Formats: sequence, C-alpha cells, structure tokens
Amino acid sequence: MALLQISEPGMSTAPHQHRLAVGIDLGTTNSLVASVQSALARVLDDERGRSLLPSVVRYLADGRVEVGYDAQARQSEDPHNTIVSVKRFMGRGLADLGDPGRYPYKFVDAPGMVQLSTAAGSKSPVEVSADILKALRDRAERGLGGELVGAVITVPAYFDDAQRQATKDAARLAGLNVLRLLSEPTAAAIAYGLDNAAEGVYAVYDLGGGTFDISILKLTRGVFEVLATNGDSALGGDDFDQRVFCWIVEQSHLTPLNARDTRLLLTRAREAKEQLTEHDEARITALLSTGELVDLNLTTTIFHEITATLVNKTLAPTRKALRDAGLAPEDVKGVVMVGGATRMPCIRHAVGEFFGQTPLTNLDPDKVVALGAAMQADVLAGNRAQEDDWLLLDVIPLSLGLETMGGLSEKVIPRNTTIPVARAQEFTTFKDGQTAMGFHVVQGERELVSDCRSLARFELRGIPPMVAGAARVRVTFQVDADGLLSVSAREQTSGVEAAITVKPSYGLSDDEIAGMLQDANAHAEEDMKARALNEQRVEGKSLIEATRAALEQDGDEQLDAGERAAIEEKIAELEASMAGEDHLAIKRAVEALNQATSDFAARRMDASVKKALRGHKLDEISL
Amino acid sequence: MDFHANHFQLFDLPAHFRLDTDELEAAYRKLQNEVHPDRFAAAGETEKRLSMQWATKVNEAFQTLKKPLARGTYLLHLHGIEAFSEKHTSFPPDFLMQQMEWREAIGDARQARDIGALDKLARQLRAEAKRMEEQLAVELDDKKDYEAAAATARKLKFMHRLIEEIGDAQEEIENA
Repeated sequence: MALLQISEPGMSTAPHQHRLAVGIDLGTTNSLVASVQSALARVLDDERGRSLLPSVVRYLADGRVEVGYDAQARQSEDPHNTIVSVKRFMGRGLADLGDPGRYPYKFVDAPGMVQLSTAAGSKSPVEVSADILKALRDRAERGLGGELVGAVITVPAYFDDAQRQATKDAARLAGLNVLRLLSEPTAAAIAYGLDNAAEGVYAVYDLGGGTFDISILKLTRGVFEVLATNGDSALGGDDFDQRVFCWIVEQSHLTPLNARDTRLLLTRAREAKEQLTEHDEARITALLSTGELVDLNLTTTIFHEITATLVNKTLAPTRKALRDAGLAPEDVKGVVMVGGATRMPCIRHAVGEFFGQTPLTNLDPDKVVALGAAMQADVLAGNRAQEDDWLLLDVIPLSLGLETMGGLSEKVIPRNTTIPVARAQEFTTFKDGQTAMGFHVVQGERELVSDCRSLARFELRGIPPMVAGAARVRVTFQVDADGLLSVSAREQTSGVEAAITVKPSYGLSDDEIAGMLQDANAHAEEDMKARALNEQRVEGKSLIEATRAALEQDGDEQLDAGERAAIEEKIAELEASMAGEDHLAIKRAVEALNQATSDFAARRMDASVKKALRGHKLDEISL
Repeated sequence: MDFHANHFQLFDLPAHFRLDTDELEAAYRKLQNEVHPDRFAAAGETEKRLSMQWATKVNEAFQTLKKPLARGTYLLHLHGIEAFSEKHTSFPPDFLMQQMEWREAIGDARQARDIGALDKLARQLRAEAKRMEEQLAVELDDKKDYEAAAATARKLKFMHRLIEEIGDAQEEIENA
C-alpha cells in the first residue's frame, strides 16, 4: 500500500504480500503483457509459447469472438468481421479517418467515435480493444495464478485526450484496474535505463504499427524526466505496407479490388517489407479471386524510393521535440529504438544519420515497451521498497486550450508541460445581463479552433446578471498523471458561484461502462454482482491495511484521542460491512473512512514534505 | 510546511533571483518523490486527490522558479508588482528601434530561406536575453529596484517571443 512511506532509516517496514500487477502494451499490430516476478520483468507467453498477441479480433455471427492468431488467420477470408489495427480508430470520428475506403470495414458514424459493423453487431473501437485486453488479462491471470491488482496500459506519447480516454475505457471494460496510462517511449526508457544504468539525455524513437512517437528524456539517478515529446498518431509500419500495396496495384495494373483481395495483398506487402530487413529483394506472388496473378520483385532500392517521404515524416517531429527541449542532436547521449518498424534498415540508417550515432537496439523492439510497463506496474502496486524505485515525470504532448472570439484557440496549458498540472484562466461576459457562457475545449497546436481536436463543449449557467465585463469566470484545467483532462468553471463575483466539471466528450461515464459490461455479460448478472462484491472487499481491505499502517506510524504524533477514535470507529464499520454481501454498503463505508481520514492524510502529507526538505539540508551538509 | 506556502518556501530556498538550479532540482525531485501520484496509485481516494494537488503545486512551483523570466515575474508579484498587467504596454524608444531592426532581419532571413542566418540571429538574441537576465539579477537582488526590474522583464519576454519566431521560421523552412 502506497500510503506515505516515511520510515526512519534503519527501521524496516513489515514485508507485505507481492501484488500481481502487469504491464500491457496495447499495440496497433501486436499486443503483449508482461509482469515482474522475482525482481525480473518478463513477457508472459500464451500456452503455445508465443509472446505476441496479434491485435486482431474477429466477430462471428453466433456471438463468439476470436482474438489473436486465430483471428489473424481468417482475416483474408472474413475481412469485414476481422478487425485489425483498431488502435487507429480509438477516439476518432469518421471524418478523422481520411479515406475510409482504404479499410475493408463497414463504418458506422456514431457520435464521438466511429463504430464498425460486424456479424455480431456494431462494435466501437473501445469494445474491440477491450476484447484484446481481456485476452491478455486471461493470459496473465492463468500465467500468474491469481487475480490482478492492476495494470499499467501503454499509449503512444502523442495520443490526445480522446485517444487516452478511449484506452482507459477499454481497460475498464475489460475488467482491469488501471494503475496508470503510461507513454510508450517512457516505458521503453524505463526498461532501457534500468537495464543499462543509463544517465544523461536520451531520445526514444518509437515507430510502431500505426503510431510514431519521439521522446527526449533526461535520466538522472532514479528519475526519468520527459523533456519533450512529439510524433504522429497516424503514422507507422502499416503505412509502409500501404505504400508497397499501392506499388503492387500500380505495377500489376489491377482493377478495383474486393475486400478479400485487398487484405491478401496488404498481407503480402507486409511480408515483403519484413523480408527486406534481411534481404536485398523480395518476391511478391498472389492469386486474386478474379483469377489475376500477381508476381513481382520488390528491391531495396524501389522500397526506399516509395517510402522515403514516410521516413522523412518522422524526422520533422524529431527536430521539433529537440527544439522544444532546447537541445541539439549532439546533446543526445543515446537513441533507443522501439517498435517493430524500427527493424527496417532504412529507418535505422536515417535515425543514425540524424543523430550522428548508431541507434541502440540491444533490447527487443517488440518487447521493450511491455517490459517497461511491467516494471512501472510493479512500482505502482507498491511491490518495491522506496529506496530502490524510481520517479517518472511525464508531459502532455499537445497544448490544451479554449475557443475564444473569432474561432481562435487560447492555449491554457502548453505542450510539454509536466503532469499533473492545473492552470486557470479568467473570462468575462460580453453582453449586459448575460447569465450563461459557452466553453469549447480543444487540443492541438494550431491557431484556428477548426484545425484543433474538439474535446468537449459545456455551458456555465446561473451567472448573476451584471453589466458586460463585470463577471469573473475562472476556468480551471486539471490534467492528472494519466494525462487526462478535466475542466471546471466557476463564477466568483458577488458571492454567487456556479460551477461545473466536465470530462471530454469521448470518455464514457461509469454508468455507460457498467451498461456495456452488462450487455457483454447479459446472462452473467450473478457474476457481475460477485465481481463487484469482490472488488469492493479488496478495496476495503487495502484501505484498512493502509489506514492501520498510517495510524501506527503517525497516529500518536498527528492525532488526538478523539480524532483517533473517530477513525477507528469507521474502520470497525467498514469491517462490519465487508462481512456482509452488499457491495454498495461496503462502497459507502469505504467512502466514509476516506472522509474520516482526510485531515489525517493532509497532515501526514505536510509532514512528509517537511521531512523531505530536512533530508535535503542534511545532504547538503554531508557534501 | 503548508499548502499555501510560496514557491520559494516550498523548496526551502531564499527568495532571490540568483538561484542555484542544481539545488532547486534536487529539492524538486525530493518533494515530487514524496507527493507524486505514482506513490499513491494503490491508495484511497482522499490520498490520491491530495497527492495530485500537491504534485500539481510542486510542478507549478518548479516550472516557475526554473525559468529566469518566470522566476523574476514571480518575485515581482511577491513584492506586489504585476509586471505584465495591462497598464504596461509600451517600450522605451531605443528598444523599439532595436526590435524593429531584429524583426526586419528575421523577415529577410525567412524570405531568403537562410537557416544559417536565422541560427546566427537566434544566437545573438539569446546572448542579449542572457544579458537582460543578469540585469534582472542586479535590479532584483542588489538594487531592489522593482520598477526597473519589471521593465526589464517585459523586454525579456519580448526577446523570448522573437526567439520563438525564429524557431517557427526554421521549422517552416526545414519542413517545406
């Protein structure tokens, strides 16, 4: 339990049970799950010894769902119902997809996020991702032999708020307790940095199946600080396949293809690309359903020609990230390569040339993100002693702002600000007697709101009528450690306050998640109840443990007898409720205990801050 | 230590413009190590909320004290002077002349797509900004002439904007 651990030097804290926590790399092409066991992070394999789970989900008319290799094997034959690269659709509307015709799916435009029509009905990208996560959860629980306390899920650093929300929703829908959303390059830096005891400034170049990230990090003893990040959340290995595919179509003078042939040729294109990693040429053959035969030879030279613009597209964000960090390429001590697509020799060459050094490839680029996520999950679950864990300081990748007059975006929090962060801005009324104000929250770097991503719209009502310009409406943006935004607005003149808090529009509410869970388990209401009861009991138990540890450590110092008795009483009430079967009663008792300990927690936090600074002074003396 | 301490008190540093950044960073890491939400990922809601508030405050304080302009502006604020309030909008004539020359030079280099010239200008402006920071230190810490310091802070902010413009121009040329 991670209540403030401020034990005196030399005083050992009671060893607690190892908590099962995993790191999950939810990738565009492949996904993985890893965990730390006996102080070693390792990827968990399926029962056939395979580490990767292809991020492919197939929906059958009878309601069955295939995930991974089975689904992948059927993608050419059943392209409409076999969803690949669903990560590209997370938090995206139909209008964001560019040309939907290049995908073999039937899209349904839904508010907020596009949906895919399958034999098993309409599926949102959140549900498809949840099916992948469920498969990984099952794998982990089987492999580790117990229920998971929580998971760290990785997201591309350049994912915006809508995409992060969608990912967190998918994890919750899969029944996972999300300990943290972690940026993929940051996860890779953890795995790399800890393995190599690295210090200094590092760049992580992460080209996955469908996303590109570049992060510049400063590694100092025990601290991973992200200085700047940039990227392209719609650029990856898939695009190289697409280029080869277009080349095949052009060279073979093919007529418009059906979905099955499109899928087949995309697969052949990927295979050819992979072959070029080790060879100078690749032969592409395919028999189409029309009877046409494709037989081509793709050389390295042609491949470079048709993909050169893609390689260059990764260097522009790289330059930008360096500039934001205030650094030049020669300030970078090492470049860590992440993502299967960085196996392409042309990428390694271009990155090496840009930074003037050979990129580091000693960790498996497919596994490094999952391994780093597992290490972070181990820390967050409280499995490591504070002396040998580390601190992660990440940033938001894109500026957050509000629409102002004339459709312009006023930035409230600039990109690359360390999270968590809160910023407030004051606005006033435009007309006499105005009682409501509309707000439009956007994310992006461009000046025009229409070029940024719209995250949420909300209205503040009940402003007392005043002359124009007299009202003082304070809008506060808070970004948490997951990089997720919430916005509140408050009118603060004449003692009248109106306040509202919004979550961006793509996020699902708790009720919606519960509803989706229920739909998914229409016949399993009992299971649902049992699960909810179990979850509440686990939470109650850990809260009691934490509170008792806190009381033992600081109770005498920070509490008088009456305060202590009040907390003890709430603990007893929680224990009593946990003996019962009513999960809502436990939830209420948990909330009551949280409430009762809030002053105590605040005092302990103050004390630990003081203590940290005292330690700081001691260090100076000893220098 | 209470939640409403000012940024200098929070890090237990003297409220001076001249600041040992290594010491600031060490204090920042030490504090963040105690209060960061990663330390409370498995804690109750109350502690999670408190931790986020504290970590937010520590981040804000660090970002403010780390950057010279923000630190100077904040020190002025502690002395009751708002350097960027709306009543201060004009620069002295000599600075206006100088800024017009710089603007022109940037415009010319941009037109000529001359990255080297832009680099040179950026270096020159950064050196000028550095000089202004030293001036700020004298005005704030030695002379305690806060009105003069506020004027210098406004100039310095303008320099930052120019340097940013150069970066944008370079990016535009590189990505073309």
